[in-house]
Amino acid sequence: MKTTRTTTKSTTGTTTPDPTTTAPAPSVPAPPAEAGRPRRVRGRGERGPLASVGLHAGLLLAAVVAVFPPFWLLVTSFKPKTETFTTALVKNFTLENYDHVLNDTYFLTWFWNSVVVVVVTTVLGVFISATTGYAVSRFRFPGMRPLMWTLLITQMFPMAILIVPLYNLMAQLRLLNQPVGLIITYLTIAVPFCAWMMKGFFDTIPVSIDESGRVDGLNPFGTFWRLILPLAKPGLAVTGFYSFVTAWAEVAYASAFMTGEENLTLAGGLQTFVNQYVGDWGSMTAAAVIIAVPAAIVFGIAQRHLVAGLTSGAVKS
Amino acid sequence: MAVETGQSVAPAAGGDARGRGRGTGEKSGKAPGPLRRALATHWYAWAMVAPVVTVIAVIIGYPLLRGVWLSLTNADESNVARTIGVNEIEATYEFTGLENYTEILTDGVFWDRLGWTVVWTVGCVSVTFLAGLVLAVMLNRKLRGRALYRIAIILPWGIPAFVSVFAWKMLFNEKNGILNKVLSGGGIDGVPWLGDPTWAKISVIAVNVWLGVPFMLVALLGALQAIPGELLEAAEVDGANAWQRFRNVTLPGIRSVSSTVVLLSTIWTFNMFPVIYLLTRGGPGDSTEILVTYAYRLSFLNSPRDFATSAAWGVLILLLLMAFAVVYRRSLRKQGEVW
Repeated sequence: MKTTRTTTKSTTGTTTPDPTTTAPAPSVPAPPAEAGRPRRVRGRGERGPLASVGLHAGLLLAAVVAVFPPFWLLVTSFKPKTETFTTALVKNFTLENYDHVLNDTYFLTWFWNSVVVVVVTTVLGVFISATTGYAVSRFRFPGMRPLMWTLLITQMFPMAILIVPLYNLMAQLRLLNQPVGLIITYLTIAVPFCAWMMKGFFDTIPVSIDESGRVDGLNPFGTFWRLILPLAKPGLAVTGFYSFVTAWAEVAYASAFMTGEENLTLAGGLQTFVNQYVGDWGSMTAAAVIIAVPAAIVFGIAQRHLVAGLTSGAVKS
Repeated sequence: MAVETGQSVAPAAGGDARGRGRGTGEKSGKAPGPLRRALATHWYAWAMVAPVVTVIAVIIGYPLLRGVWLSLTNADESNVARTIGVNEIEATYEFTGLENYTEILTDGVFWDRLGWTVVWTVGCVSVTFLAGLVLAVMLNRKLRGRALYRIAIILPWGIPAFVSVFAWKMLFNEKNGILNKVLSGGGIDGVPWLGDPTWAKISVIAVNVWLGVPFMLVALLGALQAIPGELLEAAEVDGANAWQRFRNVTLPGIRSVSSTVVLLSTIWTFNMFPVIYLLTRGGPGDSTEILVTYAYRLSFLNSPRDFATSAAWGVLILLLLMAFAVVYRRSLRKQGEVW
């Protein structure tokens, strides 16, 4: 008897079962005749209409809360500056904010700065850490445990501990305000992170593949390069994407190391529109939309893999 | 894992193993010294990790040591090595021992900031976890529009945090923000979201929860879906009610994922710089300043920049986090988790 779950809420016999459920409703035995009218016994995985309403209401509320701030950003970006803070949706549609941001400010320079810094960081980070992820996943060697601990601990480094010495070093090497300086700085975040995550991906590739490579006479480098790396491409992509996103959204180092309007990255640049002295909300919203929309779209495409990657990398440590 | 990799180690013995029969894999005969033997066995592995070890040593290890050293000096803006025009000025700061640390630890500011940082971290992580769990359980049910809800709810994750924070800053605007306009439309006085210490604290936590729920939700949803349906069925057959099934089947089933995401999100929240820096700059006063933003303020916003004290704050923050990770790990171990 699997259908023991009855509820005291009486539902009419004509209740249409939720069409999306695949629960074995047909196997429900004849309704008990205790009540005057037939009462359908709910099968496993089904729920009453009240529960359905509650479920949808809860999720709808969460969805609205999640979507509203970015939505409002988008709406506001199409309003003329004088109407920035009206509560109405767009009354006088205008693109002047976008026009201003793209043509009269350093926005495109900041965008370019961000792209250069972040792309180089990501490529270098993935490139440097791939072999380490593999070695840590496959071999047991002296020094492995300290290495794993180092990778883990550096990931919880607050930027507070490195930012001052790095700043002083960059100042001495005259790399402040240089993309190179920021790239080096971001590598301190990206390398341990990428190595750690890639270990998770390599763990999911069966060791029997390595073994077959050895049988065919490949050394570990050959096995890694010819067999494992091609299989791990999705993992590399996800890792790269993650470090891209992390670097793209970094604020502290970017604000401290890059000064002067034409040297900023997006994180620093956006702050120049709205701070304690100026409140150019119109330009801020337009710039924010240009930054956020592509990111959100790429994220939407990649998100399914992201989660699997992060949890598998972290959980199976 | 250990068993599988044990097999890969043997072939990694390189030339030695290949020369002899692969099946035996036993090193015998020449009996080389322990170092040479280790080198021969682990040569490949060490070569593979070399790039990362080098990079970490150069760009993390060295600055880290330098940071610890700076924290033991009186370095500030006026006495570090610097270049003004064509003049190179030598560093003149001096070693002062643990003076910075005793000063910080005997001053109330550190303990105030630590107290708020703990409240902030615990508040954010617990609310985020609970909200994520509730939403994950809801989304794990079969219902119409599930994919749409999922996409909408994880949207905040897809937007760079600094962009979202500015969106919230606009909503929180005291005079004109939409939140207060809606409230006053309902006959309620506007709330000084970022202007009043208590409200500012609530606001920054709310924004951080908003940013953090999608990750929690997705991780927990994955964990929920990995629980075999038969387990829940069996429990149901045994007469367990919904709550009992949740407590005794679902929660243990997602334990390893939960403990990981809680650890991660605790560390992230503890170090969460952009939310507080961009939303309130630690204000009003220093009511929302957490440890990392305060350390940042010491060396980059205050004048003169106090590098030494800031570095000492950094070291203290790192020690706190490491202590936390050790305690957390130990408590997991006690519960039988292998993390």
